Amino acid sequence: MTQTSAPAAPHARPGAVSRAAALALLAGAVLAVALAAGPRSGALLAIGLGFGLALEGFRFGFTGPWRRMILERDASGLLAQFLAIGLVACAALPLLAANGGELKGAHAPIGIAMVGAAFVFGAAMQVILGCGSGTLVNAASGNAVAAVALPFFAIGSFAGAYHLSWWTALGALPVITADGTAGLAVTLAGLGGLAALALLLGRAGSHRLPARYWAAAVVLAGLAVLHLVVAGQPWGVVYGLGLWVAKAAVAAGADLSGSPFWSAPANAAQLEASLLTDVTSLTDLGLIAGAALVAWWRAGLASPVGQLPARAWVAVILAGLVLGYSSRLAFGCNIGAFFSGVGTGSAHGWVWFAAAFAGSWAGIRLRPLLGLEARR
Amino acid sequence: MTRGHVVLCVALGLTLVLALDRLQSERLNPYAAPPALALGSGLAATGAHCAAPPPPQ
Repeated sequence: MTQTSAPAAPHARPGAVSRAAALALLAGAVLAVALAAGPRSGALLAIGLGFGLALEGFRFGFTGPWRRMILERDASGLLAQFLAIGLVACAALPLLAANGGELKGAHAPIGIAMVGAAFVFGAAMQVILGCGSGTLVNAASGNAVAAVALPFFAIGSFAGAYHLSWWTALGALPVITADGTAGLAVTLAGLGGLAALALLLGRAGSHRLPARYWAAAVVLAGLAVLHLVVAGQPWGVVYGLGLWVAKAAVAAGADLSGSPFWSAPANAAQLEASLLTDVTSLTDLGLIAGAALVAWWRAGLASPVGQLPARAWVAVILAGLVLGYSSRLAFGCNIGAFFSGVGTGSAHGWVWFAAAFAGSWAGIRLRPLLGLEARR
Repeated sequence: MTRGHVVLCVALGLTLVLALDRLQSERLNPYAAPPALALGSGLAATGAHCAAPPPPQ
């Protein structure tokens, strides 16, 4: 998704037999998980693989399009995101209205910490050129910046969840949602309004979406709806990362009973259970595997990793921590809050988008100062 | 160092996470697993999500 390595030399792509073997290996992993942890776990791993294949295969993401809109007034990527979210809303909101007992949306309260954290998240994601899903995809395709940021993203996610109650207590509104047919109309009108604004501010010609963007929007929306039907909840990324660190902390002897979040019955039970029963862990693992598979298919893994100054690596580590921490306070990243929040009618998703987009503007200006790119 | 080495490091890290999880977690029981689809199952969704508000204190 992002380019931080030196230009790739031409390398032979894997042959048909190698590709078939890799696909068989992944299919075998899905089957093994389904047999060991149940069919839902296998299905969620497969859906995660689909997300990874689509995001890396279509070179589609969130950070890059926002950057191009701010720097180049290229609205195409942003329009594709709105299209994908609109498609999700068209299926998700009626499903939620009719099956509220079995399905739940990505609904969260708007609050002081939530808005501030979304701004900070937007800035940090531009520093490392990767949001929640973007960091996973980039790490899986051999981007060293994302690979270094990822463990710190997970640590930040764990810590943010640990402190979530304190931050939320600073002040938050009740959860506001747009439900049913009226909610769908409001959501589509909002997305249409944002698309019109993007077209107005975008440069001439950027309204033409490349074919890969159309394909990415349709495939991602389809997978997101399938995720809702299978898991009973929308696609998310960052809870799983925090859970991995929480389990490691418990294994190291840490006592998490001081955290209202990690000691809550549902989360305490998940700490005891296998990661292969956790929704976001399964889709995260699948996403990484799918993206790695596409990167390997493209024969891009032999290209050398680019060099960065020491202060840039320090910035990457800090940005990773900040991304993880802020994504929990903001009730999600681009996926959990923006894509799934807006797609399932949560008002916090709209506020998240506005705050994170403003933060992106700041993050883009911060990146050269941190040594991650040449100063303009 | 190539991008392939980076992917290898990521894969090793995830393998470590899964191995640690295998050692410390309850044994998997596919017969106690939820139905394949939440929709139509008659069961409330209980999975954790990053948008879920914190538990009441």
